[in-house]
Amino acid sequence: MQMYDLPDSKGHFGPYGGVFVAETLIHALDELRTQYESLRNDPAFVAEFEHELKHYVGRPSPVYHAKRLSQKAGGAQIWLKREDLNHTGAHKINNTMGQALVARHMGKKRIIAETGAGQHGVASATVAARFGMECVVYMGSEDIHRQAQNVYRMKLLGASVVPVESGSRTLKDALNEAMRDWVTNVEGTFYIIGTVAGPHPYPMMVRDFNSVVGRELLTQMPDVLGRQPDAILACVGGGSNAMGAFYPYIPHADVRLIGVEAGGLGLATGKHAATLCAGTPGVLHGNRTYLMQDANGQIIETHSISAGLDYPGVGPEHAWLKDTGRAEYVSVTDDEALEAFHMMCRLEGIIPALESSHAVAHAMKMARDMSSDKVLLVNLSGRGDKDMATVAERSGLSL
Amino acid sequence: MSRISATFEKLQAAGRKALIPFVTAGDPDNASAVPIMHTLVAAGANIIELGVPFSDPMADGPTIQRSSERALKNGTSLRDVLGFVTEFRTRDSETPVVLMGYANPIEAMGYDAFADAAAAAGVDGVLVVDYPPEESEPLTMKLRHRGIDSIFLLSPTSMEARMDGAARLASGYVYYVSLKGVTGAANIDLTEVAERIPQIRSRVNLPIGVGFGIRDGATARAIAGVSDAVVIGSRLVQEIESSPPEALLENLHRLVSEIRQAMDA
Repeated sequence: MQMYDLPDSKGHFGPYGGVFVAETLIHALDELRTQYESLRNDPAFVAEFEHELKHYVGRPSPVYHAKRLSQKAGGAQIWLKREDLNHTGAHKINNTMGQALVARHMGKKRIIAETGAGQHGVASATVAARFGMECVVYMGSEDIHRQAQNVYRMKLLGASVVPVESGSRTLKDALNEAMRDWVTNVEGTFYIIGTVAGPHPYPMMVRDFNSVVGRELLTQMPDVLGRQPDAILACVGGGSNAMGAFYPYIPHADVRLIGVEAGGLGLATGKHAATLCAGTPGVLHGNRTYLMQDANGQIIETHSISAGLDYPGVGPEHAWLKDTGRAEYVSVTDDEALEAFHMMCRLEGIIPALESSHAVAHAMKMARDMSSDKVLLVNLSGRGDKDMATVAERSGLSL
Repeated sequence: MSRISATFEKLQAAGRKALIPFVTAGDPDNASAVPIMHTLVAAGANIIELGVPFSDPMADGPTIQRSSERALKNGTSLRDVLGFVTEFRTRDSETPVVLMGYANPIEAMGYDAFADAAAAAGVDGVLVVDYPPEESEPLTMKLRHRGIDSIFLLSPTSMEARMDGAARLASGYVYYVSLKGVTGAANIDLTEVAERIPQIRSRVNLPIGVGFGIRDGATARAIAGVSDAVVIGSRLVQEIESSPPEALLENLHRLVSEIRQAMDA
């Protein structure tokens, strides 16, 4: 096994990551980094986190052999890591639970978060309710319109949802706005970032909290299969579910790690969110990473059928894993993801999130060309209840 | 000696403080960029901070965000901004120009290409909001070799070690961000500023400019009393936003002159 101990003390993964923020935020990030460094090595904190994961989130999530789907693909066996069965229906709660506990230890009473599709907003509102904290969620006004049901869920959970009217009025602008709130209210406020991006220590912290997924897999797969899978596949927007599944496997060189990005209408159309496949390095939202940008360094709007993948950046650790070749990144179009979505519904009785459907689609493509003794593990990062309206609309129905 | 240092020396000898207006280049349109710069100088500006528009201005409040969006709608790029400076220099070889903006347009151009182009255009200083000292050294060194100053922000939460870190790389002046928050947010806390400036002065041997939250002549005057330079951004950008095109230069001239007079009174 190879040693892997990134990020370095300044938050760098090779040339990526780092702390690219205005001076006004540095103190807050220093404070967070110091606190988190000590908490992550504190057995009492780790035990507290694990207790919440077990009794509140419902972990461990099972692994499941999708036999009918595998048969349909006609090759390698497809297994699923069932993150869709977590409380709130996605992997997002692993991270929000972890960060809420950090916030409590820091004595912060107010939580802020950004959200695109609303899943991270819901997961943040959930833990804020659980711990009696105030919660403010920033959401692009475009997304509020598209995700009315999640907006209502957040409100039921006691959060305020603030519409963001600047820029493209989507996730990236919500993130900008949350940063502005944090800069202004830095003393009593904890900012829960929803993905493995942002300035150090966020990419590391969000990865650590989500890596419970990969750690469970490390023991679950040998239990059910007698060995590790041949490859792990996960969808990548910002990349938190993928990083959670990949991280514990980085030293296991014989397990391929495959990130599946949102190919939208196809890479050639320019209407996609496949940042690692088609982007170039730059600096956004506090870190250096691959970005969707124009020749002048302006961030461009992305497209995906799945709001959760619709982000013009990607976690810096993925950028590093791509450059070093340890992980591979591919893309799947809206149509391919939708087809996989329907197959999962019909063949396995599981309604997957459109995000996760991207990983399923690529697994089916790969499986075809592999022998039946090979195993592909797909991180099924979330359930698809939130996507009913989008899918129905695609079929010409209105709910 | 750099144009920025020479400017501060001259002002100090005359017992005056620097007035540093900020405007976003390309707002309201590209054609106005250079006339606005000359107007600011004519009204009493000593250094111009020229904003390079960016799609995601994380540290700015709504006023400057909107100005950035207007400029981007006009297609204003970093290369265009350098072109404005070149044109400005044909008529003004004295007033220092500082480019202020975010990292990514510079990253996209490349450090060497940017540093060369900035030097050729006659840029005197560069302030990259999201390059704190930790991440700025590679660019700072390239700028320094070409005689361009790197300007750094200090904030109310900057501890002494951070002041030293900034002092190591900074030249020209340092920019004290006088409140917690984004540009244009609230009103400035004069007492806090008066307490912090001597602390900074004891660790950073450069002129200190103060900005964020200065909206009128009276505040500018009070700030000038304790610092070396007054930076005014959002208030001017607001004036650009609300002025009809034909009155734009006149309105800007009036506003900046008022502030200048208040500072000199």
